[in-house]
Amino acid sequence: MVNGPTGNGQVGHNRPSLRLHVPEPKFRPGDDVDFSHLAVTEPGAQPRPDESCEAKETNPLATDLVRVLGDDNQAHGPWDPRLGPDTLRAMLEQMALTRAFDERMYRGQRQGKTSFYMKCTGEEATSVAPAMALASDDMVFPSYRQQGILITRGYPLVEMINQIYSNRGDKLKGRQLPIMYSSRAHSFFTISGNLATQTPQAVGWAMASAIRGDSRIAATWLGEGSTAEGDFHSACIFAAVYNAPVILNVVNNQWAISSFSGFAGGERTTFAARAVGYGIAGLRVDGNDPLAVYAASQWAANRARANGGPTLIEHFTYRAEGHSTSDDPSAYRSAQERNEWPLGDPIMRLKDHLIAIGEWDEDRQTALDLECAEKVKAATKEAEKNGILGHGLHHPFHTMFEDVYQDLPWHLEEQAAQAIRERKIKWPQA
Amino acid sequence: MASSVIEDDTPYGIGDAPTRNLNMIEAINDALDIMMSRDPSVVIMGEDVGYFGGVFRCTAGLQEKYGKTRVFDTPINECGIIGAAVGMGAYGLRPVPEIQFADYIYPGLDQLISEAARLRYRSAGEFIAPMTVRSPFGGGIFGGQTHSQSPEALFTHVSGLKTVIPSTPHDAKGLLIAAIEDDDPVIFFEPKRIYNGPFDGFYDKPVQPWKKFPQSRVPEGYYSIPLGKARKVRDGEAMTILAYGTMVHVVEAVAKEKGVDADILDLRTLVPLDIEAIEESVEKTGRCLIVHEATRTSGFGAELSALVTERCFYHLEAPVERVTGFDTPYPHSLEWAFFPGPIRIGEAMDKILEV
Repeated sequence: MVNGPTGNGQVGHNRPSLRLHVPEPKFRPGDDVDFSHLAVTEPGAQPRPDESCEAKETNPLATDLVRVLGDDNQAHGPWDPRLGPDTLRAMLEQMALTRAFDERMYRGQRQGKTSFYMKCTGEEATSVAPAMALASDDMVFPSYRQQGILITRGYPLVEMINQIYSNRGDKLKGRQLPIMYSSRAHSFFTISGNLATQTPQAVGWAMASAIRGDSRIAATWLGEGSTAEGDFHSACIFAAVYNAPVILNVVNNQWAISSFSGFAGGERTTFAARAVGYGIAGLRVDGNDPLAVYAASQWAANRARANGGPTLIEHFTYRAEGHSTSDDPSAYRSAQERNEWPLGDPIMRLKDHLIAIGEWDEDRQTALDLECAEKVKAATKEAEKNGILGHGLHHPFHTMFEDVYQDLPWHLEEQAAQAIRERKIKWPQA
Repeated sequence: MASSVIEDDTPYGIGDAPTRNLNMIEAINDALDIMMSRDPSVVIMGEDVGYFGGVFRCTAGLQEKYGKTRVFDTPINECGIIGAAVGMGAYGLRPVPEIQFADYIYPGLDQLISEAARLRYRSAGEFIAPMTVRSPFGGGIFGGQTHSQSPEALFTHVSGLKTVIPSTPHDAKGLLIAAIEDDDPVIFFEPKRIYNGPFDGFYDKPVQPWKKFPQSRVPEGYYSIPLGKARKVRDGEAMTILAYGTMVHVVEAVAKEKGVDADILDLRTLVPLDIEAIEESVEKTGRCLIVHEATRTSGFGAELSALVTERCFYHLEAPVERVTGFDTPYPHSLEWAFFPGPIRIGEAMDKILEV
């Protein structure tokens, strides 16, 4: 069976044997980390094409790295969005609040108040800055790590915590895994646990907006690992074919749970370079540079709004913490990576910039951090009045059967009666 | 052959409206045309549905009438078609995507099952997916295994989806209008074997066109048939027969040929199911035959059999019987050996009546 499927391929011929390449990250637990292989570009050195340019004019930017904030803490070059100090401080505040929220919710999960949580530490800029660059009624189709958008859009923290606790105040009725928010009022689409499904949906929403002659655009976020899903290809091809007014944000935080970006093709090219094959605009930005992220988002939003079509933005960043509360990153990557990350921390960089331009100081930062922590603490206390997960203050049993369909069909009515009967047997006094 | 009267259209029809003789394709086209003109949020998309009007011509003329932004071709990407439809529904449109063959729907399954079917639930009603996914299904046209399948049970198994299968032009129009108006996602499977005429299972005899049958008398204008209501095809005493799609016509022809006084229900909607009509019929006849073209194991017939047994057990005088396609892929050359035709159905009828 030399040539058969069970043959070893070595017998009877002299062709070279084939080798399967299985990607391996540069660093594993215990390794010393050296990121000098990463091309960190000069801030301000990247050209900014006109928003109405041909998509192919952006091709060099899909493999470059757009940066604005330099090591001197000043903003540089044509991508500087020239935001006023009030806007910069607002951005800093939203990012600080997002981080404070993450800290407290993470602790809450460890204390058993809920089952699950996901932080976005180190990636705050990739949601807060786009949320500020978009119009408040532009529709966003987020992944699970864009809590910064909801916070920036003013969604009440208490509502977020009610959802995380799945308590009786949760307006999603305790049906969704923690952090899978939804708020139509904030133009924030219901988050799915399945990956990349939101991307063709965002394109469909954008197509609908164009069909209707509306002026609102759509934006979606997904991780670099999720770009491997077929849905992402569906999104890109539909966005390209219909020139849809949509922004596809790929948050390249280097890690998909324990799989590094090489398992999504990151060893071969950039994620922004996917845009080149589809003939859509592609930008690769320093995701830890809030000004660069803002500028790229604004560029893409203006382009989409002027019927210039879709833009794929890769936000090159680093997931500073675990994927979720369910994994321990020290089991699969070097603990040094976080501190060695050459692009720094987005909050620190914006803070240092504001200080450098004389619009902020360390005392105000300390006060801000305290204020954020207090705000989150107060919201947590308020939400806990509605209960925490597994402590009885959930929605009534019958709500489990509602919203499967608009109306309750006979078979669900029968099953609801069964559930309520079981409750009465278990808790006769209730 | 198909029955000579439309038994129960009166409550849902439009009474004295003039009728036209339409085949099922024309009836579907008429329903789409009416809904596009009544509701500007209705959009149609799919492979080849635009300029060409669909490979089965169901969308013929609609792009010309309503424009390219409401009726348009799509990339060959079912995940994208359904995914985009979810986004359009979230925007406020009422998309009617066509999947060219039911066999091609699988790349879109995650978008249907995890997304469209779950939006209302997971967002507590903030977002819905008011889409109707039209797709030709079923065999008997020498389509081989990738143009013949009947995958309805994959969808009836999914909470949040409705599954509708018409068996006549009259019903196809009224049910499609109801499906498009429905705010839940609906899988609308069109039995392509009976697009042009009510195939009776005797494949070696010539097929008669729809216009020779009264069910092709389709009222002009708008009317809808509520989802979840079965159609009584024929009143009888000897046994209940539950069927849908093409098989409605086959069981009717076999019962007639064998002289079996069958009480035949065309289910029309599998989810939600008209359980009352089923119970009423089985309690009357005490015997039940379930017929579908889809493969047998875990087919919708299993659900029907279980429901009848659970709910009508003390009225039953014989075991419930299922007649289905075999548990194989749909074969090309042996298509008619696969198809649950008159011999298989006739044997089951004999078995039920023996007891």
